[in-house]
Amino acid sequence: MKVLSITALLLATASPALCDPTVEVMHFWTSGGEAAALGAVRDKVVAEGVTWTDAPVAGGGGDQAKTALQARIASGNPPAAMLMLGQTITDWAAEGLLGNVDALAEAQGWDAALPQAVKDFTRVDGHWVSVPTNVHRTDMIWASKAAFDKIGAAYPTTWEELNALAPKFAEAGIIPLAHGGQAWQEAYMFEAVALGVGGADFYRKALIELDDATLRGPDMVAVFDQMAALRGMVDPNFPGRDWNLASAMVINGEAAMQIMGDWAKGEFTNAGKVPGDDYACIPVPKAKGDGFVYLVNSLSLFTQTDPDLIEGQEVLASAIMDKDVQVAFNLAKGAIPARTDIDLSAMDSCAQSTSAALAANDAGGTAVPTFAGTHAANAAVVGAATDAITAFFNSDMTAAEGATALADAIAAAQ
Amino acid sequence: MASEADFRTRLQDWLPRLVLAPSFAVTLVFVYGFILFTIVLSFTGSKMLPKFTWVGFENYEKLFALPAWNTAIINIAIFASLYIVICTGIGLMLAIFLDQKIRGEGMLRPIYLYPMALSFIVTGTAWKWFLDPGIGLQQVMRNAGWESFTFTWIKDADFALYTIVLAAVWQTSGFVMAMFLAGLRGIDNEILKAAQIDGASNWQLYRRIVIPLLRPAFLSAFVILSHLAIKSYDLVIALTGGGPGRATEMPATFMYSYTFTRNQMGIGASSAVIMLMTIAAIMVPYLYAELKEKKE
Repeated sequence: MKVLSITALLLATASPALCDPTVEVMHFWTSGGEAAALGAVRDKVVAEGVTWTDAPVAGGGGDQAKTALQARIASGNPPAAMLMLGQTITDWAAEGLLGNVDALAEAQGWDAALPQAVKDFTRVDGHWVSVPTNVHRTDMIWASKAAFDKIGAAYPTTWEELNALAPKFAEAGIIPLAHGGQAWQEAYMFEAVALGVGGADFYRKALIELDDATLRGPDMVAVFDQMAALRGMVDPNFPGRDWNLASAMVINGEAAMQIMGDWAKGEFTNAGKVPGDDYACIPVPKAKGDGFVYLVNSLSLFTQTDPDLIEGQEVLASAIMDKDVQVAFNLAKGAIPARTDIDLSAMDSCAQSTSAALAANDAGGTAVPTFAGTHAANAAVVGAATDAITAFFNSDMTAAEGATALADAIAAAQ
Repeated sequence: MASEADFRTRLQDWLPRLVLAPSFAVTLVFVYGFILFTIVLSFTGSKMLPKFTWVGFENYEKLFALPAWNTAIINIAIFASLYIVICTGIGLMLAIFLDQKIRGEGMLRPIYLYPMALSFIVTGTAWKWFLDPGIGLQQVMRNAGWESFTFTWIKDADFALYTIVLAAVWQTSGFVMAMFLAGLRGIDNEILKAAQIDGASNWQLYRRIVIPLLRPAFLSAFVILSHLAIKSYDLVIALTGGGPGRATEMPATFMYSYTFTRNQMGIGASSAVIMLMTIAAIMVPYLYAELKEKKE
């Protein structure tokens, strides 16, 4: 009798929880701006009456979060949604672990609202397995206005101009290029240079199709030549420096430029700097036609069977795609909304020009997915290539040796 | 009454086994079980998740073709030999000096021992700041007036490895000292007195009698230091992050990145197996020789 009543009690207390739609979100957005951005989504989800369970795993690039996710998958307890990048999404989809929100996407007309660049990494085999929050541009230069004013130079639009600026800055006691010497940062710098020097067709052939001849070809040597020039512009103290410390060097005028994705804008904003007045956000010079390297952030949805969890996922998906949420999210994150049908007048000039550039490049077929962020190739290839790139940047290898090392590393990882 | 006594004896008989059973089971599964699992994985084509598609020795072939793995092997060889030799040397020296019945030993001993109380992450971060040319030692010396002072090892791909040795030696030599000190205290004074009466000099005393008698302490020091060296991960991550470039990549950092971040679980597992075999290759003959000698 006693046992029965305890069971009844348990059932009674458990059942209200069962009809509560819930969504658990696993992510690595733990820095101030990132957490505030996700807060915009959470507020919307909670307002819809869904319980939000936050599962943050600290660690900027998401490596730790990925390890935590693997452990949860292995134990048969996937989160409802997980922040993932690029080919990781396709990999998990290929494992058959991702669910989808096709019906919702159809009803809300996502297909028309998103650029092809974003759809490539959120819709896998015709299923919407992931919901995009924002797009980052990785081929950006962050320039200190004070430093450029000091030597009386204009912002560079070609590589020749950029290279010519370096000795002038050095003469004025300013470090030409602020750089954080960590492997992943060098990989992002490399992809910006690859697109800037080689152009979009070369980028596709070398870093997406991984064509061996292109990887060893003269264009790639030219890319490494430019990398070598950049190698000469950094201060001797660069190895191991965090990217935000490099941004700080530009903010306080110690250095003139930093090549970094547009997440760096958060650092400038937090320091109270205004684009145009204090700093400039300019795309990395393009020698062969226009170009744009994009990185899509999205929350991927793992298959759930519990109807409450499925409902939670749908509420989450429609909250992320909400136009107001997209703007609020990206104001805090420093990126641009994934949707292209949004009024951006609330955002700063950097975001507006990046958004316009994405639209133009998406239409012109010159928008390419990030290599360092594992959109263009899988984690094994990117990891091997990053080894070769960082070895080049931290040594005095010649450009030809650099190109050979990169091609060898990529060939071995396939 | 009789049955109760019987029960108590039986319980006493079983109690040690009962108490040990959980930890035995846990060790069996989570240490030896996972060693076996890793060995199995190293022969599979596992990428992101464990998969049981057999590929034979392919992972090992790929592993040894990787320049990053070769760098890691060379690094661990340099690091481990320097670390073990220097730590043992400094530890032994400190122990002998502290054993001279000096005043204030009670205070000095914990001072040398305390670094061991820190985690490698703390040691690594503190040394990273201390060695950083922009904010650490070099800057302090320059501010103090020595303008030409340069110490940029941590930023130099050829020397960064030695900064890891430096930090690791700083952390562990006090602990090795404590082990040797315990060994020194265990030596029978009568033997030393007898030698002194025979006219042995201090140098002879230590070389011929004390150090040979410390053999068990050397064994413990070697066992502890070599496994600390091979599993060195946190110190490298905190101090250099494997850089500059990949100059300070170690087998442990290699294993982690291949298994968990690069979706090459098979290659990661094979590197773990190689690490295990390396430790076994060093330790098994050493332990065997030592234990065999004891029996005889």
